[in-house]
Amino acid sequence: MGSEAPLLEVRDLTIALPAGRGGWTRIVEGVSFSIGAGEILGLVGESGSGKSMTALALMGLIDAPGARITGSARYRGQELIGLDRRRMRALRGAEIAMIFQDPMTAMTPVHTIGWQIDEQIRAHRRLSRAGARARTVQLLSEMGVPDPERAAGRYPHQLSGGLRQRAMIAMALSCDPSLLIADEPTTALDVTVQAQILDLLRRLRRDHGSAVLLITHDMGVVAETCDRTMVLYAGTVAERGPTAALFARPAHPYTAGLLDSIPPLRGARPARLPQIAGAPPNPAERPDGCPFQPRCAFGHDACGVRPALVACGAPGDGQAVACVLPSEGRPLPARLA
Amino acid sequence: MISAFARRLGQTVTVLFGISVLVFLVFFATPGSDPTARIAGRNASPETMAAVRHEYGFDRPLPVQYVRMMGRLFVTRDLASFVDHGELVVPEVIDAAPVTLSLVAGAAVIWIVASVAMGTVAAALRGTLVDRGLMMLGLVGISMPVFWLGEVANLVTQSRYHQTWLFSWVPGLGYAPLTQGPVAWFTHLAIPWCVLAVLFIGIYGRVLRADLVSAYGEDFMRTARAKGLSETRVLLRHGLRTSLITFVSLFGLDFAQLVGGGALLTEVVFGLQGVGRLTYQGLINLDLPLIMATVMYSAVFVVLANAVVDLVYLLLDPRVRDGL
Repeated sequence: MGSEAPLLEVRDLTIALPAGRGGWTRIVEGVSFSIGAGEILGLVGESGSGKSMTALALMGLIDAPGARITGSARYRGQELIGLDRRRMRALRGAEIAMIFQDPMTAMTPVHTIGWQIDEQIRAHRRLSRAGARARTVQLLSEMGVPDPERAAGRYPHQLSGGLRQRAMIAMALSCDPSLLIADEPTTALDVTVQAQILDLLRRLRRDHGSAVLLITHDMGVVAETCDRTMVLYAGTVAERGPTAALFARPAHPYTAGLLDSIPPLRGARPARLPQIAGAPPNPAERPDGCPFQPRCAFGHDACGVRPALVACGAPGDGQAVACVLPSEGRPLPARLA
Repeated sequence: MISAFARRLGQTVTVLFGISVLVFLVFFATPGSDPTARIAGRNASPETMAAVRHEYGFDRPLPVQYVRMMGRLFVTRDLASFVDHGELVVPEVIDAAPVTLSLVAGAAVIWIVASVAMGTVAAALRGTLVDRGLMMLGLVGISMPVFWLGEVANLVTQSRYHQTWLFSWVPGLGYAPLTQGPVAWFTHLAIPWCVLAVLFIGIYGRVLRADLVSAYGEDFMRTARAKGLSETRVLLRHGLRTSLITFVSLFGLDFAQLVGGGALLTEVVFGLQGVGRLTYQGLINLDLPLIMATVMYSAVFVVLANAVVDLVYLLLDPRVRDGL
């Protein structure tokens, strides 16, 4: 990707919700990242780390009353934050599409799958009913839905979870978006179906040239799918970089902790998987310094100041970490990949 | 389909049987309701009482009386009032039914249209002054007793402003059957329709708004917005469509109870000889045949309305079609 301008460039995205008495609770704080055309970026973090809010902010879908979104998100040079509704609507579904975690509740129960996909196509393209339906059937068949014509006539509850998610992806892809935001697309599915859906997402890049922002809390999914990875903790970027580098040499103790909690495939089976002690701080009570410090085994005085993102790892590969350890000359040990 | 229909028919018969037995027993268990005394008149001699008792069959066992009454109500249809010396009750109900049906059906059209508009607009503009204003208006509508509103409407349209261009078209109180021409029918009922509808517009508008606002929290509404649809389309094709379930069930119940005589107050205020008034007369006079006839009629409508509601569910929600 290198020199050419990225498809989406997010700078200092901050989302704050009013917390009463004129105060604000910052859900997401100063998140910056970029996605190149056709790239798959993984956004990892625990529940409440701000992953979904980040995605919804990009789509202009945060409708919490009084929410304040600052920073910048440029899609092909166009500023998304504060974009007027009409233009945002033209982008949504056409340029930037989104798929959601639970395909059961994410599709309107009273309309057929086909009707809902037709609806999106006809919202953005001048196509006849029959033309839209033909495209719908073709998309469903591309997504590996057996007997797509009949499936188009079925209601969401009549399909299995895997088929519903395929239909959801077909719908998201119906207008050939350049960017697909997938919010935990596999969490509600069983493992075999999960693998098929991830395979499908990887194929999108080849067949449709779409970039994907994959939101997940599953490091396994990231390792399998993403070119680059960004780890969010308590609304801030803890670490980001190429997936391979991040997995081989995690620079943030939080990333390392996440990786440690994946059951190893080789070697002796641990009696208990290591876990990160404690729980992430409530957004209203985040510490002034490093938000991870209360749970961190390496916490010391220097952590009282919020660390900036600094480059680490191999020069030029873009790995960056919000931790003082590498600059103090005592980085975390590399893991055996 | 046929088995569902048969089941529904079986339910109807069971419900009607249960209600008829209940009404019949309540009547005979009510102190001071002895029909013999009413028919024989004041200070009747014991001989007259005995003669009347025998003539009307009140000396027979209760089950026999019940069966005879049902036979005369449903089979021979010559059941006569105990009070109004020989007035046949079935024709009375048949005469009153179109009045009530006209009144309630017209009001229902008004309240459906108005409350859907009100609820949808309020939900679309939720949190704004328009929303608050509409909901306040709905509350005012709910709080106004229908007899008071009806009297005020009569005062305004019949006397105070009757001479002005605005209300000079309003005819005197009463009912004009459709056979006298649709215009007369319409002008006689227009004001009663509006008065009866006000309460329901308030209730339905508020219920629909609440359902729509909670629908905004649903995942599929977010998906619909993420598809790039217009807010109006999201609200109408996705939100409203899924929020109509409560609305429809409420409507089935209210419509049935109104047609079955629940519009009594409106009927009285506007001088309409409907089923509500008939039931009321039957109750004051403890006239069992009349009560029996109106209650049976009303029960039929409640069961019928529920059947229609179930049918509408099938149309509205495909999950019901699959028995989920």
